[in-house]
Amino acid sequence: MSTLERIEDRDATPAPPHVGELREVSGPSALGGGRRRALELLYLMASFDFKRTYFGTTLGYVWTIARPLLVFGVLLVVFTKGLRLGASVAHYPQLLLFNFILFGFFQEGVGTALPSIVGAEAIVRKTQFPRLVIPIASVLTAMFNLGLNLIVVFIFIVGDGISPRWTWLLLPVLVLGTLILTIAVAMILSSLYPRFRDVGIIWTVMSTALFYATPVIYPLDRFHHTLRVVISANPMTVILVCARKWIISPSALGPAGELGGHVYLLIPAVVYVAICLLAVWIFRREAPRIAEEL
Amino acid sequence: MEATEDKREQLAGRRAAERLLAGPTVIDVRGVSKRFLIPTNRMNSLRERVANPLGHRNAHVLQALQDISFNVHAGEFFGIVGRNGSGKSTLLKIMASIYRADTGRVLMAGRLAPFIELGVGFNPELTSKENVVLNGVLMGLSRREARERLDRVLDFAELREFTDMKLKNYSSGMMVRLAFSVMVAADADIMLIDEVLAVGDAAFGAKCIDVFTNLRKAGRTIVLVTHDMSTVQRFCHRALLIHDSHIQFVGEPEETALRYYRLNFGGDPDTVREPGILPDVNATVIDAWLQNADGERIQNVEQGEQLFFNCLIEARRELRQPVFSYQFLDPDGIEIFGFSKRLRVESEEDDVLRSGQRVLIAGEVENRLLPGKYHIGQWVIRNRTQGDLALHSFSLLEFMVYGTEGGSGHIKLDNDVQAKIVGSG
Repeated sequence: MSTLERIEDRDATPAPPHVGELREVSGPSALGGGRRRALELLYLMASFDFKRTYFGTTLGYVWTIARPLLVFGVLLVVFTKGLRLGASVAHYPQLLLFNFILFGFFQEGVGTALPSIVGAEAIVRKTQFPRLVIPIASVLTAMFNLGLNLIVVFIFIVGDGISPRWTWLLLPVLVLGTLILTIAVAMILSSLYPRFRDVGIIWTVMSTALFYATPVIYPLDRFHHTLRVVISANPMTVILVCARKWIISPSALGPAGELGGHVYLLIPAVVYVAICLLAVWIFRREAPRIAEEL
Repeated sequence: MEATEDKREQLAGRRAAERLLAGPTVIDVRGVSKRFLIPTNRMNSLRERVANPLGHRNAHVLQALQDISFNVHAGEFFGIVGRNGSGKSTLLKIMASIYRADTGRVLMAGRLAPFIELGVGFNPELTSKENVVLNGVLMGLSRREARERLDRVLDFAELREFTDMKLKNYSSGMMVRLAFSVMVAADADIMLIDEVLAVGDAAFGAKCIDVFTNLRKAGRTIVLVTHDMSTVQRFCHRALLIHDSHIQFVGEPEETALRYYRLNFGGDPDTVREPGILPDVNATVIDAWLQNADGERIQNVEQGEQLFFNCLIEARRELRQPVFSYQFLDPDGIEIFGFSKRLRVESEEDDVLRSGQRVLIAGEVENRLLPGKYHIGQWVIRNRTQGDLALHSFSLLEFMVYGTEGGSGHIKLDNDVQAKIVGSG
């Protein structure tokens, strides 16, 4: 190649075919990079997570079904034979299993989402990853579990002679209510965790306390009115009380009945909305700086 | 007058750069500043925060970037250079939306593919296949597009056999290869690349160079952060030098590279190293140093700049007819050139250095040295005719010549050689 040719070659830098419009780069954020991209990433993260959980272990599929069965076995022995908590409660084993599975989803979702942003450090520090996708993906993985567990729960419910009724169609409402609450708490804790590592310890204690402050292993009607109102400030209480009435025993009292008036439902409703708003506020505040805290 | 080939190429490159400058802007950075608060006693927990609510005041402010403004035009290969800690990586991270600027704004046109801290967003628990798809989507591809490009990425990275291996089992070299392939395959409008050539083996380095050449030809916009000035000069249309969080220079890559070298090697007299001398009973080197034209001591010298050599020697005993001999050596100890000096005296009898007397050997040395590392050796001989060795320093001084004009060998000499067609045989 002669010098002249080479010069022409360097000269011949072609104009790029298409130049888009200049747009302001807003920096990292909860949903940075567009909603479509965030949804695709969410799907990928959650499905990879799920695959890893279930195909990474030797027994794979077997665990998916075996786990709720084993948990059920333990619960049954401890609470019906040992503690006799539900002696007078209709379909107590089924109620216990359902409560345990739904509350377990909340605990597992928050528990795995909490360290998720720190765990995804490589991604957060090197890419414009929509920050919100990370904790939500963890919650969704927990929801895959919930779906599989619910199949087993319904086998037991039907097996005990409870016949299907139209209120079963309200199951998605229960799941959605729990899902939103789980995501909200996960957003708060996962975005604070990079800055305050003791959030992890606080959550361990809190989730145990919550487990006993929610009517999971006992029916709410065991307590007098004031205590019922206090316990029902926890939105999970209302969800579990509804679940009992809608899925297991239609003769049981609904939340308004348990509390003695619809007006008392305002308390959990306000708490629920407040947690969601707080989650959005904290996450939006923390998201832009999370990469710097890692 | 015939311009040298080098000059003509440089000119052509400059013309291309000028034409690009007239084109549309694709990156517009305006007045960007960024500070980091570095707590002197980091509070990592709520307990500490509660125990010491005013503790935040103990933070130490690190100004990483100060009022940075520049434009990159479509099709430009744009270099960012600077010493470690100068803020160049922070700047890249702000452009890549990983950090948020405190003030100022960044505008970009088009899809962006960043390659930062030797990688993309890899999750070590996932397989390479999953990571490639995830990162493709991160760089703005749809899931389908990302899957379609999977083969291309794995082939380019030469990692086809390891498709289903979890990334945590990859070697760091494999990881970088995969990351670079993902970034290239994303086909983004703008690529932000941080120090890719610093790692990997020679074969990978050659591959990167090929990719750069092709991308440059294809008119892609690339921002490259690097320490390697030869890459800057070879590829960049323009380059930016950042120092102490400020922009020092934006412009021709040759000039940027030169200024970068000046920052790195330019005379900071405090850093002059102790001359490596052998103590001797006959004479001692009191001091030896290099000076620039302004009479300042320098540790390193810029290519083509005036160079003054100085050596102060004290005789420990009487040295008759001494000869002071100096050799400029390359790092392998091969002599490049040298000179020998006698005392300047009135008569033959005065050619004596008495015990305690000091002699300064000093003067200008023509500086035709090419960039590189050199050292100066010394012999002192007494009784010239018999050649008795009085003092020997293997490495009296070490210095670096910095500059941008390379070449083979160690010395640049002028020539007037031309190649002309003189007819056919």
